[in-house]
Amino acid sequence: MNLRRDVFQAIADPTRRAILLLVASQAMTAGAIASNFDTARPTVSKHLQILTECELLAQEQNGREIYYHINANKMKEVDDFIEPFRKMWDDRFNKLEAIMKNYKSKK
Amino acid sequence: MERKTKVHAEEGKQEITITREFDLPVELLFKAYEEPEIVEQWMGTRVLKLESKKHGSWQIETPDPKGNVAFRANGVIHEFIPVQKITRTFEMENTPFGVQLEIYEFERLTDDTSRLTMHVIYESVAQRDQVLKLPFAQGINMAHNRLEEIVSKLK
Repeated sequence: MNLRRDVFQAIADPTRRAILLLVASQAMTAGAIASNFDTARPTVSKHLQILTECELLAQEQNGREIYYHINANKMKEVDDFIEPFRKMWDDRFNKLEAIMKNYKSKK
Repeated sequence: MERKTKVHAEEGKQEITITREFDLPVELLFKAYEEPEIVEQWMGTRVLKLESKKHGSWQIETPDPKGNVAFRANGVIHEFIPVQKITRTFEMENTPFGVQLEIYEFERLTDDTSRLTMHVIYESVAQRDQVLKLPFAQGINMAHNRLEEIVSKLK
């Protein structure tokens, strides 16, 4: 169950990424989303469930229909995942710069 | 604070681009990648081998505070054009992360500034995302080591 809430796990699947791209431009019902794929409807439902569980998609009731839309906040969390990686390289490069500045002045 | 290092990672792609501008002439920036002694200093690692030439190979290792090898990586250099470009592979030994292809481009901006563009391609989207998440785990380990250090001083 825990794995399913992992955002990266969720976006590692090509169909789920395609669903996110599709819904990014407009909120859609499960039926409308499924009509864009050759995959069986229950499979698409499963993908929607996973994306909703990890909060990349949010559901909204509109009359009798449930619309899926993208959860921008969660998408930003994916960005935040990258931050420690960026910081690691930034630290390394700062060190490189300091060492080479020193190297230059020693010459 | 200005972010000098930029990481571009698009969702669902198996690649990333890291760019950084340096207050260094491009020749010096390149030297930091070419000379094993300098690589050791800024990477904080031990360079076992670094043949800076086409079809050369390289290997690095990082010991943990107890002197055990905590990390070892290696690869081959496909292309080596001084002060311009390095194309090489990178593989962390004994990990499931696979081989990544790295393309380094060194650009002169002015006499005293330069830009490095690092284009890294992974075997799959899942592997890229795992590698992106690694610093999290490392951060936890480092905090853990520091804790160990502090605790051992208390004894």
